[in-house]
Amino acid sequence: MKISYYPGCTLKTKAKNLERSALACFDVLGIDYEELPRWNCCGAVYSLADDDLLHIIAPVRDLIRVKERGHDTVMTLCSMCYNTLARANELMKNDEKKRYTINTFMDEEPDYAGEVKVVHFLDYLRDVIGWDKLREQIKVPLNDLKVAPYYGCTLLRPREVALDHPDNPTIMQTFLETLGTTVVNFPSATVCCGSYQVLGNPDAALKVSHGILNDAVKHGAEALALACPLCDYNLGFRQDAILNNFPDAREIPVYYFTQLLAVALGTDPAVSHFELNRAGSVQLLKSKKFISGTAS
Amino acid sequence: MSTTEVAVKTEIEAKLIPIYIMGKKYEVPETLTIMKAIEYAGYKYIRGCGCRGGVCGACSTVYRKPGDYKIHVGLACQTVVEPEMYLTQIPFYPAIRSTYDFTRLSGQAEEIFEIYPELFRCVACNACTKVCPMDVQVMDYIAALKQGDIKKAAELSFDCIQCGLCASRCMGELPQYHIAQLARRLNGAHLTPPAEHLKTMVANIEASRFNDGLTKLKAMDTETLKKTYQEREMEPATAGEDWTPKDNQYL
Ligand code: SF4
Ligand code: SF4
Ligand code: SF4
Ligand code: SF4
Ligand code: FES
Repeated sequence: MKISYYPGCTLKTKAKNLERSALACFDVLGIDYEELPRWNCCGAVYSLADDDLLHIIAPVRDLIRVKERGHDTVMTLCSMCYNTLARANELMKNDEKKRYTINTFMDEEPDYAGEVKVVHFLDYLRDVIGWDKLREQIKVPLNDLKVAPYYGCTLLRPREVALDHPDNPTIMQTFLETLGTTVVNFPSATVCCGSYQVLGNPDAALKVSHGILNDAVKHGAEALALACPLCDYNLGFRQDAILNNFPDAREIPVYYFTQLLAVALGTDPAVSHFELNRAGSVQLLKSKKFISGTAS
Repeated sequence: MSTTEVAVKTEIEAKLIPIYIMGKKYEVPETLTIMKAIEYAGYKYIRGCGCRGGVCGACSTVYRKPGDYKIHVGLACQTVVEPEMYLTQIPFYPAIRSTYDFTRLSGQAEEIFEIYPELFRCVACNACTKVCPMDVQVMDYIAALKQGDIKKAAELSFDCIQCGLCASRCMGELPQYHIAQLARRLNGAHLTPPAEHLKTMVANIEASRFNDGLTKLKAMDTETLKKTYQEREMEPATAGEDWTPKDNQYL
């Protein structure tokens, strides 16, 4: 059955490399999807104030659009979109009073009670496609690439929406093993990257980001795989600042998990838009002969 | 006229209905538009009225009906009165219009993000779409802009008449219609192929193709000019796509 695909604003602008590589994978894997019509920014952060229902409106409206399409599943790629949509969905499922208020407020939309299932591409790969089926599709095994799986927060916390065991996740690790990589587990895999602290307290954010990257390097990783544009901003884009500020910092390529999947599935490297990653990222894949020398 | 008989009675009696203008009750003929009803009640427009044809956006009006919590809207010049309606016009609503040098813009979404950062304060409450008298999908064009899709926003906002009602209702305090105007400008200047016929026309003007016609017009006295204007050949309202005037020396 067709599923709705929810892109999220960042994937249409700054994180095109996440969306484009994923869509190429959808096609190879035969995922029958449709970009959700009239989707709205989910708000990116789930509001924690108990009486702040206004910020729940946007994600719920998106879930209503999925229901309107007659789809029972909506898939996200960005972990923050996943988190926001999944938590709003839990609220609509479980909190009768708030559900009533929100449904009454949105009197121009059909009522909603959490009928849609919110999934992330990672758990879709695990639960619907299956690791064995995925393995059969791998054309370019990423052998010898030492990758550290980085989860960050929003795929795992809070527990109610966690894709996997919140303290001891293995989903990204299994995913990376399926692609043929050598997985490098490291203690900081579930430590927050600094998130939006980069706006209010950039120095503090830089410090945590540096800690995570350093930890990965120390454990022998050549690269990091992640699923969140904000993580990528803090851990990838801000690496120049990290290198300038911390003498012990080492450069390390950061990829979206979908980019590694796209390469392993043998898609044209152009779909992965490596020009939006750090320069060293594409070099590493070329040096391992996973992609040919001409790709940028 | 030779006869003293009363001619056919041409006035049609219209029923009077009560309406409330800014809270005060008036009895007005039920057939009037809100604008005419306001004038009938004795008010005189110096603002809040422009084209009287539903295109200028000057006469936006909000009203409520008894027993109905909904906010209703309409253009005063287009909307017929209803019994017991409570109404007020909102001829102007403050909404920040940012200053920018258009010639320095290239049609990137990031430019809009910089000029109108409040774009990202939208919470998708949909109050704007619900209030728009032109049925523009306001929330959707704002959503399109957040996604960087200038073309889609320009198309979705095409019917906007800049009445400002969306801004009056916005939970995020956005000036939606000013943002949409920037999107349409960028779309026209950078994201739409230039019109070839326009280039030809400009070249024609520059090559003095119309100079003798203008010189002739300028030399006319007022009466001849009026006559020429009145006798000009007009395109009939029902003309098809391929209609051309008989005198086509300037085409
Ligand atoms: S919905 Fe209305 S009453 Fe409730 S907080 Fe907002 S403005 Fe106030
Ligand atoms: S690690 Fe940071 S950016 Fe990534 S999901 Fe967690 S808070 Fe967000
Ligand atoms: S979009 Fe806003 S300004 Fe434009 S017509 Fe609708 S309500 Fe008026
Ligand atoms: S009224 Fe403002 S906050 Fe609400 S949907 Fe429209 S633009 Fe967004
Ligand atoms: S007067 Fe112009 S729209 Fe009503």
